[in-house]
Amino acid sequence: MSAPTDREQQVLDRIDKARRRRAKVREERVTLAHGSGGKATQTLVEAIFLDAFRNPLLEPLEDAATFTAGETRLALTTDSFVVSPLFFPGGDIGDLAVNGTVNDLAVSGARPLYLTAGFILEEGFGIEDLVRIVHSMRDAAERAGVDVVTGDTKVVQRGKADGCYVNTAGVGVLEHSHALGVATAKPGDAVLVSGPIGEHGVTIMLARGELDIDADLESDTAPLNGLVADLLGAVDGVRAMRDATRGGVATILNEVAKAADVAVVVDENAIPVRDEVRGASELLGIDPMYVACEGRMVVVVDGAQADAALAALRAHPLGEGAAKIGRIVDDPPGLVLLNTAFGGTRIVDLLVGDPLPRIC
Amino acid sequence: MRFVDEFRDAEKARALSAKITSLCEPGRQYKFMEVCGGHTHTIYKHGLEDYLPENIQLVHGPGCPVCVIPMGRVDDAIHIARRPDVLMTSFGDMMRVPGSGGNFFDSNAEGTNIRMVYSPLDSLKIARQNPDTQVVFMAIGFETTTPSTAMTVLRAAEEGLENFSVFCNHVTIIPAIKAILDSPDLRLDGFLGPGHVSTVIGCRPYEFIPRDYSRPVVVAGFEPLDILQSIYQLMVQLREGRCEVENQYSRVVPWDGNIVALRAIAQVMELRPYFEWRGLGFISHSAMRVKDSYADFDAERRFAVPGVRVADPKACQCGEVLKGVLKPWECKVFGTACTPETPIGTCMVSPEGACAAYYNFGRFSRQRVREASHSS
Ligand code: SF4
Repeated sequence: MSAPTDREQQVLDRIDKARRRRAKVREERVTLAHGSGGKATQTLVEAIFLDAFRNPLLEPLEDAATFTAGETRLALTTDSFVVSPLFFPGGDIGDLAVNGTVNDLAVSGARPLYLTAGFILEEGFGIEDLVRIVHSMRDAAERAGVDVVTGDTKVVQRGKADGCYVNTAGVGVLEHSHALGVATAKPGDAVLVSGPIGEHGVTIMLARGELDIDADLESDTAPLNGLVADLLGAVDGVRAMRDATRGGVATILNEVAKAADVAVVVDENAIPVRDEVRGASELLGIDPMYVACEGRMVVVVDGAQADAALAALRAHPLGEGAAKIGRIVDDPPGLVLLNTAFGGTRIVDLLVGDPLPRIC
Repeated sequence: MRFVDEFRDAEKARALSAKITSLCEPGRQYKFMEVCGGHTHTIYKHGLEDYLPENIQLVHGPGCPVCVIPMGRVDDAIHIARRPDVLMTSFGDMMRVPGSGGNFFDSNAEGTNIRMVYSPLDSLKIARQNPDTQVVFMAIGFETTTPSTAMTVLRAAEEGLENFSVFCNHVTIIPAIKAILDSPDLRLDGFLGPGHVSTVIGCRPYEFIPRDYSRPVVVAGFEPLDILQSIYQLMVQLREGRCEVENQYSRVVPWDGNIVALRAIAQVMELRPYFEWRGLGFISHSAMRVKDSYADFDAERRFAVPGVRVADPKACQCGEVLKGVLKPWECKVFGTACTPETPIGTCMVSPEGACAAYYNFGRFSRQRVREASHSS
């Protein structure tokens, strides 16, 4: 492509200006896209929540806020769970709710201590199911080494909620001096994932029963705090960790590229994806890079320590499938580039909303 | 996934790429249109353009069946869905196609019940389970999906289902290609024929293209190597001065199409005198409607549909972009009235459309992206 002409440059400049304008929610009502973790979610969060609550702790929009109380550095986070179906292969809303909050604390570098649990229950919801959910929360908390120390219950009329929603919040303590954050990624850093991606999201899609596919798949929901502790104990060059939930690995990588003003280059061949996930994604016409995981994280680490970090991850049962998937370079800033398995290159953008199945 | 990997071998791609490059005449520019949105997706997903020399350009055609649905039809669908007794079902990628007052997601936020399904038969299942609800299937797609809609209607008729109908927006590929070929300033050297559509209609319907318009056609499969192979075949034809329809996708596409599928379509549907395409205007005989004999299953007849036409803004130049005459940024509304958030034309609706891709990434040349991704 030759250098842009003046007129083309003018058009490009105009777009660039529009892009930098403050995010604005155009819709008059909330749509499902606002909850998908993609562009629409980002706009909603920035234009409404960040705009109203703006403060230095919130502003980095990390998985948890970190601050000092007295002498102690703490991390605080919250997350709500509305998964449907409530029970799925490999887990249920209960362990998801515990692991989700534990992981948000863990990837912020904190040791999770205490959780809260809030329940919104629909009139008519089965007590037996509630017991099952709560027991699985108890077991998950035990596995992660945290206690649920306070909670709340609300019941709403039939039809005003879908069975059971769970909110958890958590607090953890930061015991090391790593300055973590996606904005600290630098050219030369390596990008790792802690295991095969997309298993949770594909499991849920199949569990909804809308597709007549049977696959031997389970959600990857798991607490990452043990894995994170091992990693931080082994290397001091970790820049950032993010658990790849909504929006999947692709969304996290875009957050890194934008926050640090760098380019992330990923090799498709290096990304671990189980055959079942790949097959189902292929049939659904979606890209596993955008599919949620609930027990996997993306790690950005000093390139010189990539091998040591990888070894530390692989030594832990939850990190056996860890892989180096890419690296940070300086240009073009803000972009995620993929070297496809086919040998081509493409840009991996944020999605507007949920990945939608394609018909053509 | 062996059956897939076989068609994604980078080694073979490099060999094909070298052969394609060796066929280029120095100083000549080549423009090929891939007619089908599925091809555009493959090209984009695998970064296939990296294998093409600079003087071969792929022009993305009108073949994304959801992107060409005009605003008026989306509005009509939402109008039907607003009835309290209606549950509408739709393919996933239709959900984000904008009407004049928003897309299906927006409409759901205002109270309609439009659900995603993976096949029209799922809608039939929903209709059986909810006898008190009118289930309306938003039928879209080229000849690829038309047979399954037709067969679903036949099944519903057999079962005597009274609460199922289809809002038929099926379009036909040939008139769209013809509309592009008829433009006086056409700058295309050949076509990649749509593989999936051709499994139904076969290869014969394309024979007029070499005959009347002197452009070669290669019906192409959907794996990246299929597409490279098809481009190679186009180049060989040009080089040898031949101009014909070739079938690269013969492992799936029979020359005469799928008689059973064509018969099902003919039984249930007929051509509309004309149909509006987003950004391309009205094209005669370019879409299907439900025949009188199956009127009970036609949502347009069952419910009063306003059928208002929402005019594309005058400045919309999708036609020119599709024909490869204009670059996206040369369209008068590009980046002002027409953006990915507020798309006007078909090329902006899908993120893979020429205009949306240029809007998002036009500031990065292919060169710069390629260099960056191979740097260490
Ligand atoms: S900018 Fe919009 S209206 Fe203009 S050609 Fe592109 S899609 Fe069509």
